[in-house]
Amino acid sequence: MPKKENLKKVMVVGSGPIIIGQAAEFDYAGSQACRSLKEEGLEVVLVNSNPATIMTDSHIADRVYIEPLTPEFLEEIISKERPDGLLATLGGQAGLNLAVQLAERGVLEKYGVELLGTPLEAIEKAEDREMFKETMQKLGEPIPESTIVEDVPSAVAFAKEIGYPVIVRPAYTMGGTGGGIAENEEELIDIVIKGLNYSMIGQVLIERSVAGWKEIEYEVMRDGNDNCITVCNMENFDPVGVHTGDSIVVAPSQTLTDHEYQMLRSASLRIIRELGIEGGCNAQYALDPNSNKYYVIEVNPRVSRSSALASKATGYPIAKVSAKIAIGYTLDEITNAVTQKTKACFEPALDYCVVKFPRWPFDKFVYADRTLGTQMKATGEVMSIDRHFEGAILKAVRSLEIGVHRLHMDKMDAWDDARVKKNLARINDERIFVIAEALRRGIATVDEIHAVTKIDKWFIHKIKNITDVETTLTSEPLTPKHMLAAKNVGLADVSIAEITGKSVDEIRTTRKSMGILPAYKMVDTCAAEFEAATPYYYSTFRAEQDEVQTSNARKVIVLGSGPIRIGQGVEFDYCSVHSVWALREMGIEAIIINNNPETVSTDFDISDRLYFEPLTTEHVLNIIDKEKPEGVIVQFGGQTAINLAASLQKAGVKVFGTSVDDIDRAEDRERFDEVLTQTQIPRPQGISVTNLADAITGASAIGYPVMVRPSYVLGGRAMEIVYNEDELRDYMSRAVKVTPDHPVLVDRYMQGTEVEVDGISDGVDVVIPGIMEHVERAGVHSGDSIAVYPPQTLPSKVIYTIIDYTKRLAVALHVKGLLNIQFVVADGEVYIIEVNPRSSRTVPFLSKVTDVKMVNLATRIAMGSTLKELGYKSGLVPPKPYVAVKAPVFSFAKMTDVDIALGPEMKSTGEVMGIDYHYARALYKAIIGSGTHVPTKGCVLFTVADKDKEEMKQLAKAFSELDFQIAATEGTAKTIQSMGIDVEIVGKVHERSTDIIERIKSGKINMVINTLTQGKHSLKDGFKIRRATVEHDIACLTSLDTAWEVLRVLSFMRERRLVYSLAIQDYVGGGDGLA
Amino acid sequence: MKGKLILEDGTVFHGKLLNNIKATGEVVFNTGMTGYQESLTDPSYCRQILTLTYPMVGNYGIADLFMQSRKSFVNGFVIGELCEMGSNWHYETSLADFLTKQGVPCLYDVDTRAVTRKIRSAGTMKGIIVSEDAAQTEIDELFAVPIKKDVVMEVTTPEAYTMEAEAADAPHVVAMDFGVKQNILKSLHDLGCKLTVVPAHTMAEEVLALQPDGIFLSNGPGDPADVPEIVAEIKKLIGKKPIFGICLGHQLLARSLGAKTYKLKFGHRGCNQPVKNLLTGRVQISSQNHGYAVDEESLKDLPLEVTHINVNDGTVEGMRHKDLPIFSVQYHPEASPGPDDNMYLFDQFWTMLKGE
Repeated sequence: MPKKENLKKVMVVGSGPIIIGQAAEFDYAGSQACRSLKEEGLEVVLVNSNPATIMTDSHIADRVYIEPLTPEFLEEIISKERPDGLLATLGGQAGLNLAVQLAERGVLEKYGVELLGTPLEAIEKAEDREMFKETMQKLGEPIPESTIVEDVPSAVAFAKEIGYPVIVRPAYTMGGTGGGIAENEEELIDIVIKGLNYSMIGQVLIERSVAGWKEIEYEVMRDGNDNCITVCNMENFDPVGVHTGDSIVVAPSQTLTDHEYQMLRSASLRIIRELGIEGGCNAQYALDPNSNKYYVIEVNPRVSRSSALASKATGYPIAKVSAKIAIGYTLDEITNAVTQKTKACFEPALDYCVVKFPRWPFDKFVYADRTLGTQMKATGEVMSIDRHFEGAILKAVRSLEIGVHRLHMDKMDAWDDARVKKNLARINDERIFVIAEALRRGIATVDEIHAVTKIDKWFIHKIKNITDVETTLTSEPLTPKHMLAAKNVGLADVSIAEITGKSVDEIRTTRKSMGILPAYKMVDTCAAEFEAATPYYYSTFRAEQDEVQTSNARKVIVLGSGPIRIGQGVEFDYCSVHSVWALREMGIEAIIINNNPETVSTDFDISDRLYFEPLTTEHVLNIIDKEKPEGVIVQFGGQTAINLAASLQKAGVKVFGTSVDDIDRAEDRERFDEVLTQTQIPRPQGISVTNLADAITGASAIGYPVMVRPSYVLGGRAMEIVYNEDELRDYMSRAVKVTPDHPVLVDRYMQGTEVEVDGISDGVDVVIPGIMEHVERAGVHSGDSIAVYPPQTLPSKVIYTIIDYTKRLAVALHVKGLLNIQFVVADGEVYIIEVNPRSSRTVPFLSKVTDVKMVNLATRIAMGSTLKELGYKSGLVPPKPYVAVKAPVFSFAKMTDVDIALGPEMKSTGEVMGIDYHYARALYKAIIGSGTHVPTKGCVLFTVADKDKEEMKQLAKAFSELDFQIAATEGTAKTIQSMGIDVEIVGKVHERSTDIIERIKSGKINMVINTLTQGKHSLKDGFKIRRATVEHDIACLTSLDTAWEVLRVLSFMRERRLVYSLAIQDYVGGGDGLA
Repeated sequence: MKGKLILEDGTVFHGKLLNNIKATGEVVFNTGMTGYQESLTDPSYCRQILTLTYPMVGNYGIADLFMQSRKSFVNGFVIGELCEMGSNWHYETSLADFLTKQGVPCLYDVDTRAVTRKIRSAGTMKGIIVSEDAAQTEIDELFAVPIKKDVVMEVTTPEAYTMEAEAADAPHVVAMDFGVKQNILKSLHDLGCKLTVVPAHTMAEEVLALQPDGIFLSNGPGDPADVPEIVAEIKKLIGKKPIFGICLGHQLLARSLGAKTYKLKFGHRGCNQPVKNLLTGRVQISSQNHGYAVDEESLKDLPLEVTHINVNDGTVEGMRHKDLPIFSVQYHPEASPGPDDNMYLFDQFWTMLKGE
């Protein structure tokens, strides 16, 4: 029973698609909140556009709406569901903004919906710059002095008043363009002149710079009775200046005295009280490293990324408690879920060190600016736990999956000392590795590094502890003493092997024979003061006692998918969680290993046991040594888990599901060719090469354009379409490391319709829940394509062929569980592009729209069941009468210097779904949900490659018929004019300086349709145009296929009711009929 | 050099000895994540072997500013990592140097979580710190050393002293020092009080002869039942002046009014203890350090009412006299270490002093 007795039905708003800055943490928060509300007997209505989440599962809420997160759709759902309350503070900034919009539009009042949790006024006080300033001033909490100026003299005068350095931020530019830090008047004048130019409204903000100060965060909770606690504080390794989402963070703070700790804690409580927040809140501070002076930098009046981190770091479930507070409970009435005895009104005590390390997408966006600053760039993060910082930081580094296992990057071996030293001053994703390199070489002292980086000496000393042990290992024999020292600073077996020149197996064997084994400890919120039942563990080598009791029950380990990155997102966490649930349903203990703090899988009450550890062979084997499970399941943890399969099997571990050998048969080019020959399935012609010469010969034999990529890829990493030999040479030298172990694949590029299938097989029968047709033709990465279920244009002959091929492949590969196949259909023929014998990115989407519990079935099959036993017949499950569209969502606004043009390299960070009985409306929902601003009138600019001009003509005509004005660059314009359409000719970027850009800036162009000009060299203009569309938030379509679909949406928008909603339960249940 | 902590029941925990000093004491643990210096110099830990659950200690060094008494009275210090490279602008000396200078036996690189789990389940018990290769005779001898009971006498100020107030008409508080923490005196002084700090065994008559406006009973070490002579003096002060007690002061006050105290299994020591104020319904987080508590049952027929309870275990955390301006709390509103959520108690005392 909720404390607020009027509440019967509550609506929870999710955060929508995953974008940089708003990731899986809100799936974790939202799912936890929904479960927390349901256990109080409330009816829960959930709205979220993101199908890849656990929270949009039909059992998480009573009514789940996978609909666009716009005020219009929310109003529709509110009018239909009539909830008593709305909980929006768990849906990130997106959720918060929606709550504000709904309140402002009077929707909440109209339908009598109470805003639960933090009141609107508090949200505004924290979010509105001026109101926040006033509130802090009233409270006497210092915020960095700032002012807005419109001319240089005012800027200079203000800087004189507050003192240098100052930060200059131009108003209304995305990505911080034109801003900077000025150390003196000369620099200030320079930056302000530039900034005023960049700013659309001719304003810049001048603010005191506290760059270099310590950055400290507090997670605070408050209930309606004004009880306040802090859950956790965190200290950033990177001083102020780097976005906290891009900073390495430790919890709790390490270099603060009790006095400093309490000073900022007290400030946090004063702030949360003054704002009147009911629920969770995050406060960020800049603390002077040389005095007690501090500034409040930011307050988030909601559950945030940091609160997810704090929850996992402490075991304190912030989202769950926030939800309880929202329905009227006070902290002392809520049970501490960890101890089950004490109450939620306490402050967690940690007896370990937590490190969070960001995961950046620079491996995908090789041209992106790697500099870290005030704009967050990380797509995900990892967390690690140990009894000391050295162990935790090294575990974090190993969890990143960026090809490093210690604070050492191979490429820096080639750097001379001067280069290493020079790089110390660069604030980018590699800084900590540069610091370690400098210490390892002894070319800079701790003090010198501190002077350059401003990173607290404590952290630098800790890194030195690690490199000192490394140095000893290089020069002295590996005695038990040195082995212990190495493990005590957290070095992995693989690192010790690398340093000592021995094999990993040898190190592992030697270490175990020396009796040097990890111990496992529990995360219990209370530093062992009370007995706890949380099955949440971490390893450490610095402990005498292993306190984790294992059971004799049947048990299986499910490997998670690690950090969220482009190509491996929250979908895989969804799969891991469902696999765990399936095992538990079967009465088997499910143990999960994962290192991502943002996810549902690392919530301690999902599995029977959670090991928060890096997903490396060593860590997994150590846990297996301890737990002695029947085996491991690798097919749900994306490539992360698949990559471990071979080494685990080699170590004698049973891998459930598709065998390691069969996985290899699908992934290894030559072996897969054999499978295709055997099953008589055609593929686009291609070869596998291990050097440049072979690549050139091969490509010319196949004929350009060709698709090139390294083998063993996920998310199309380093995949490109190359049109000639020059480009091929460029690609081979730049994008990949080609070795005999890592061949490069060269394939014929087929421009056809791409089709994707997910199936479940027991090696005999194959169930295909659904087939998805991609809107964009082959060449655009499947993860960046709009996918439509069921297919709208495929002839039945093609569908039968696809079903047939899928069956053949599943049987030939002895698939035991999930498989995902991508086909290309060209001229009525079906070719296979690739097979992944594992879960895929589309599994959650397809599971939801087809109502087939794909992961559950696959897990049962992996454990030995057959489809027959489970009541399934081979073949395609009959398509549903509705249409579901999955559309990609990008984070281009956060990544400057990244080309937004779609291609074979995946660029999207998240996805949304549109579902409806009408294809066009499903499409509309998906496109609106993805945040694309489709204009209903105005001017569309066309600038396309020659090869696309014929097709573009028809498109332009259609837009013109919808009363859009048409503008085009000269060549394109001529083609359009030939159709007798009025077109305005605009100069190309390089022709008339910035003509197009100016028009975009000034809002005279409302949408851009732009295709890549052949080759990679003439891209500059196009790049500038496309980037301008990002900065000014207008739609830019880089595939004509997408453009056609947008056109379809636009036509539809003119004739039909746009806003219509049904819960997913209605769709799959077949209720409510047609719109 | 290698060393170990041996508990009375024979359990052994291994570590390294900082400065080959042996120790005997009652082993207790504190869960605070900061404030090691404040805890080390809190006289309430007198004769105890203090274990910290937070595994990295010494990160910000030692500074004179954070001393809670003239020296460290702990009998031993058992920690995880002993940080040699402390970093903070307050840093004056390293923790290791401080411990050595203070003669505090320190065993580090210990799995203190394991120690805590042991104490949590078996209760606080006697323990010793010795070198790894200590002979059994030496171990036996150390265990034979009784844990001194007259700990209050050891920590209290030898001489009375005064802290003058700025205002001439400042209320005068006599603080009975049973092992007072510096920050309590500072908090009272910051209120505007003139303070006379007197030794623990000062007679009631002498206290009253100082003509105080209020009496403060301080925190301190040990079992309140071990100092009946102090309880007898406090009894004489009841009804004479407003009284405010903290920690041991609270227990002694309770006993002087006829209540009973008892030993907790493993005490409350940390900075995260939730205390509910029954008068307001509000919960505050408090800093605590006590191994004994006032028996709630024993208050039943007395003119006392419970004002605060611990949210975790429901034990008495505060009480007040039903008729007289007398109140006390079991926890540490002065913080240092810990949160300052409860400073309102000092304001409450101030109100009493002013007779409002």
